[in-house]
Formats: sequence, structure tokens, C-alpha cells
Amino acid sequence: MVEQEKATEKEKMTIVVFSGELDKALAAFILATTGASMGMDVSMFFTFWGLNILKKNEGGPGGKGLMKKMLNFMNRGGSKRLKLSKFHMFGMGTAMMKKFMKESHLPSIDEFIQMAKDMGVKLIPCSTSCGVMGLAEGAFREEVGSLAGAAFFLNEARQSKVTLFI
Amino acid sequence: MKADHTLDCMGLYCPMPIVKTAQRIKELKPGEVLEVVADDKGIKQDMPAWAQTTGNEFLGMEERGGEIKVYVRKTK
Repeated sequence: MVEQEKATEKEKMTIVVFSGELDKALAAFILATTGASMGMDVSMFFTFWGLNILKKNEGGPGGKGLMKKMLNFMNRGGSKRLKLSKFHMFGMGTAMMKKFMKESHLPSIDEFIQMAKDMGVKLIPCSTSCGVMGLAEGAFREEVGSLAGAAFFLNEARQSKVTLFI
Repeated sequence: MKADHTLDCMGLYCPMPIVKTAQRIKELKPGEVLEVVADDKGIKQDMPAWAQTTGNEFLGMEERGGEIKVYVRKTK
């Protein structure tokens, strides 16, 4: 009886994705998709540089007002534009790592985002970061859910057995 | 060991063998055995851990050369 109740109530996992680099995004999505594969209810909360991972690859930089447009031009984002946190080397290091990932049959960040969505992982942008950087919901790819704040995250984290900050 | 289904994960690294196992096991009937063939050594620790978390039964593994075969039974 207790076992049955356990089975219906899924374990939760929450990840704060603060960083916007390729390697850190990879770590976050590997853990999120594995968690979902292990039957967990996974939420990823994207804040600050982490929002870059969710920005659309196509179209111009978002942002309201000239200064914020400039910020989003400099801080372009998009899953295909992420850089390595080390050895980016004007793009050479990152290109090499992407090549190695492909050779190892590892999905790209773009594919990981789709996979995560298909597996029921929730992708939640932080509303404050969006506000500060002038990003509307339209700046993000279609897999992304609605914006939320710290209280929403903490309420999820409070019920989670696994919470991570990446 | 006899299996009802086989999943080829040769050349794949974590998390793909686990992700694919989780997807594949949904298609099995309870009691059926899935054989996962992989060469990433991480699977030796990962598959028992996955089985423990999801409540499926880890039956064991066979390793020959670089090829690792792991067996799980779907419980429910």
C-alpha cells in the first residue's frame, strides 16, 4: 500500500541554471534528462546568464530600449552560440569540443533542450532576470514555460530530494 | 542470460544509455527482460542505480572484451 502511494507521488528534482556556458549547460541537461529517466519530476529554473541557453537561435537580439538591446546584442545567447567556460580560444576550443561531443554521439544542447521537453522537464525562466535584462517571453524558444520567481522555485526545491545550482 | 528485447547502446556515453533504457522499457510488458549492450563503463554503476530508483529489477551483467551486457526486468 505504501509502495503504491510512493509510485504515484513522483520524486522531485530542481536545478538552478545560473551559468550560460556550453559545458555547464551540458552538465545541467545531462542531470535533468537522467533525472527524468529515473522517474523524477524535474524543473530547471534559468536565471541570469543561464537565460542565454533558452534564447532563440534565430531572429535579432531581444530587449526593450536601446541600452537593453545593446546588452542583448553583446550577450546574444541561443543554444548554438554558447561558449566553453575554459579554452574558448576565440571559438576554436568550443568548435573542437562540439566536434568531440558529436563524435561521442552526445546530443547537442539544442537536442538536449528538445529531449528534456519531450521527457516532461519544465524549463522556467526567472522573471526578475528577464525584467532586468529587458527580455520578453517571446525572446525564448517554444519549449520554454512561463516565467516564475524565487518563491516558485523555493516551493519546488522544498519538495525536492535533489536540488542543484549550476 | 535470456532477454525478450535488446537495446544497442554501443558507442554511447552517459546519459544516453539510461535515457534510452527509460524510453524503451515503457514498451515492455511487466515481467519482460531488457538486455542493454553498451561499452561505456559507467553503465555498470548507472544501471543498478537506475533500477533501484525506478523500482525495476536489475538482474546482472556480463562483460566480454569491451562489451558490457546488462539485464533489467520490468516490474510494473
